[in-house]
Amino acid sequence: MYNPFTLRDKVILITGASSGIGKGIAIECAKMGAHLVITGRNSERLNETFNQLEGQDHFQTIADISSDIGIASLCENLPPLDGVVHVAGVVKPKPFQFINRTELSFIMDTNFYGPVLLTNVLLRKKRIKKNSSVVFISSISGTLSSFVGGTAYSASKGALNGILKGIALELASKNIRVNSIIPGMIDTGIFNESSISEEDLIEDRKRYPLGRYGKPEDVAFAAIYLLSDASNWVTGSNILLDGGYTLL
Amino acid sequence: MEIQKFIEDFAAQFEETDSSAFSNETIFRNIEEWSSLTAMSIIAMVDEEYKVSLTGNDIRKSITIKDIFEIVKSKK
Repeated sequence: MYNPFTLRDKVILITGASSGIGKGIAIECAKMGAHLVITGRNSERLNETFNQLEGQDHFQTIADISSDIGIASLCENLPPLDGVVHVAGVVKPKPFQFINRTELSFIMDTNFYGPVLLTNVLLRKKRIKKNSSVVFISSISGTLSSFVGGTAYSASKGALNGILKGIALELASKNIRVNSIIPGMIDTGIFNESSISEEDLIEDRKRYPLGRYGKPEDVAFAAIYLLSDASNWVTGSNILLDGGYTLL
Repeated sequence: MEIQKFIEDFAAQFEETDSSAFSNETIFRNIEEWSSLTAMSIIAMVDEEYKVSLTGNDIRKSITIKDIFEIVKSKK
C-alpha cells in the first residue's frame, strides 16, 4: 500500500519515553513500523511504554540526559540511527522574581543542554546516519508566546529553537534534517502537583479555539511526518500544533 | 514556625495592599490585587523560606491565610 509516511525499518531513538508526549510518540512510531530505542528515567514506567509497543526489535534503556554521564552511557551501545526524537523535558512554574541560577540550571539541564549535547555526542560517535531526521519537541512557549510562571521554561525552549536552526544548517550537507514541533498545551499531567491548580487549567483549556488541549497522539503524528521520507525537503522548521491558541 | 512571621512573608507578596490588611483570618482571595500570579508567588515564597512544596490545589482549597499556614506546617 502506498504510504509516504511509513517508518518501516527506520531505527529511532526517543527520549522521555516513559510518559506523556514521549510515550505517545513511541507507541505511534512503532505502529508505523519503526524499530525503537526508548529511554527515560523511570524504569517501571518506561517498561509500561515498552510493553505497549507493536512489533519487534525494540530496546529500552534507562538514562538521565540532564547529565554528561547520562548522555555518555546512553550513547555507548546505540545502533546507527535514522531518527532521534528529543522529548525529555521538565517544567516548574515560578514567578520570574523567584528564579535564580539553580532554578534556571535545573530547567536548562534537561530542556536545553540535554537534547543539544545528546545530539552532539551522537554526531561525534557517528550514530546519526545520513538522510536521517532529528526532531526536538519544543513549545509555543519561548518561540511564539509564554505563560505566567514560565520564564525559565520559555528560555530553554527559545534557546533550543535558536540552536536547532544552526544545527540544521550545518547538517544539511549530510542530508540530516533538524526540525522542531512547537505544541500548545498537551494533556499529559505535566502540571499535576505544580503551582498551577486544576481550576486554572480548566479555565486555560477554554482558550483553545479548537476546544481542547492537545493529545500526545497529535504530537506523534507530526513527529511521524518529520521522521518519514515525506518531509525530505523540510529542515530548520517549527511545526506549530496548538489548536489555534496563538491565533488569538 | 510562627504564624506572625508567615503573615509578614505572605503580605510581602503584595504590592498595593497595606500590611495591616493581613491577619490569620484574612480571606486572601477577597484581596483586590489577588491573582493567579500572587498564588504562584506565595508558593515560591514558601518553597524559598520554608522549604515546603505547596501545590496550586493547596492554595485553592484554603480560605484564610491560617489555612495555608496549617498546610505548610503539616508538610514541614
